[in-house]
Amino acid sequence: MLRRKKFLFAILAIIPTFVIFGWVRMFPIIETLRLSMYDWNLLSKNKTFVGFSNFSQLFRDDQFLDALTNTAIIAFGAMAVTIPVSMALAGVIYHRTRSRFAGFYETAVFIPHVVSLVPAAMAWKWIFDAKLGPLNAIIMSLGGEAQAWLFDPVLSVICIILLVSWQTLGYAVLIYLVGFRNLPKSVYEAARLDGASGIQSFLFMSVPLLKPITLYVSVVTLISGFNVYAQAYVLASDTQGAPGRLVRVLVLDMLENSFQNFRVGYAAAEAVILLSIVLVLTAVQFSLLRQKGGN
Amino acid sequence: MSAKARTRRSNFLIDVALFFICVALLLPLIMLIANAFKTPAEMLQWPPTLLPRNPTLDNFVTVFTETPLLRWMFNSFAFASLSMIAIVATSALAGYIVAKFPFRSINVIFILFLTTAIIPFEVYMIPLYFQVKALGFLNSITGLLIGYLVMSFGIFLIRQNVIASIPDELLEAARIDGAGEFWIFTHIVLPLLRGPLAALAVLAFFQAWTAFAWPIITLTRKTAFTIEVGLANFQSAYTVELSLLSAASAAVMVPSVLAFVLLRRNFVEGIAASGMKE
Repeated sequence: MLRRKKFLFAILAIIPTFVIFGWVRMFPIIETLRLSMYDWNLLSKNKTFVGFSNFSQLFRDDQFLDALTNTAIIAFGAMAVTIPVSMALAGVIYHRTRSRFAGFYETAVFIPHVVSLVPAAMAWKWIFDAKLGPLNAIIMSLGGEAQAWLFDPVLSVICIILLVSWQTLGYAVLIYLVGFRNLPKSVYEAARLDGASGIQSFLFMSVPLLKPITLYVSVVTLISGFNVYAQAYVLASDTQGAPGRLVRVLVLDMLENSFQNFRVGYAAAEAVILLSIVLVLTAVQFSLLRQKGGN
Repeated sequence: MSAKARTRRSNFLIDVALFFICVALLLPLIMLIANAFKTPAEMLQWPPTLLPRNPTLDNFVTVFTETPLLRWMFNSFAFASLSMIAIVATSALAGYIVAKFPFRSINVIFILFLTTAIIPFEVYMIPLYFQVKALGFLNSITGLLIGYLVMSFGIFLIRQNVIASIPDELLEAARIDGAGEFWIFTHIVLPLLRGPLAALAVLAFFQAWTAFAWPIITLTRKTAFTIEVGLANFQSAYTVELSLLSAASAAVMVPSVLAFVLLRRNFVEGIAASGMKE
């Protein structure tokens, strides 16, 4: 009787959340999968089933391939910058936990992660500005040559990587700090007694011990990198409102196909590819973690 | 003694280095705020100045009187607050249920929640857009909200906290005393979850406050914009003066940075928990 009552309560209490989930998560996810197999021109009513033809078309579509390459470069680039920098920074901040400024360090590193994307990107846009920005001013005062940072296809990708890394850094440092705090202290004591320097124990103990955290942060950084959009929208748009012409990224290409070219099925196929990338990355993370656990 | 002095010196050097790194990380934002106080003429100067020479408030006056910036801030605030309420409410209840009611059907539901957690919003936002459009909720806070009503991670976070901090005996004792299930939830469980719920609230608010892709596709009318969308269009649609853009950005940024500094503990707790998913 009591069990029945408990069960009834549990079901009644969870139903609202479950219904919302079904409505705003599961249904659109299934819809994405379904639409990716259809040719649906937004302007007409009929959807035609086309099987996998959207996908085979995508892999012959230069704009999509361009977007996929750019996005992958940005995602892996941001990861390559974020991981070593955040790990070292977290190590040093952890080392100075008892410093009077520890709170300041944590806050300062984390602020770029919480400010809204667009104002932050705006700040960087000025820094990179070819004619007015401080970056070129510094380069020229050092005798270098001014660069058109945001108007060169290679340089502008680098600029986006820098912006994305700057934003992710705070998050990564925070996760690493948790990791450092959970490391066994006795091992470090022993290493210090054996005469290991701070840098030695960082390189030969912290780095390997923090591997699961590194794995987690890498995957999170990669996944958010593959969803990059606002940064490219602000940094690499020209003044006349044609965003992302210069650096085409996956989400932008998807939205353009859906809302400007009215090819919803085609855009859904792109979303499915994005989904597959995310799933593969997550699977890799889990299998690597499991391998570690097995040892 | 000399070893101690050496550690102290190296710690001092580390502090100095860290201080400079932190300032460097904040520099873009500091420069943005500085730009907000520059005259348009100074913005065009070469080489650029770090601090404004003749600080002026004109940019702020222009931005607040000639653009719907306040309206956009209000929209963002309303959207973020409502989303926060919805996420905290659904996560608290659902998180408690999946933690303490291990019926098979509940477990299945929990697994469904979890599997959607790894799927980024960008993957399904186009079909969701058509759902919102069919309901006639484009260009409205309701429409925005539909994308941000629930958070899988929130449910997970609460579940973990319930398991860790609320013993079954406590609930059983209340049941034996004749307390109803809902009473137990509101009077025993919720008060014990204050910490994690606060962390989740801050996380949810900032998530909606900084949302970009979803607002930019559902909002096309200028009065309905959130600040992110407003500023993004502001900067791409018009050949606008940089000093005005900086003023608008600074006006938006400063309150959120202050809010973060005040709520940092809660925020850090929530984010740190997100790393402990495994």
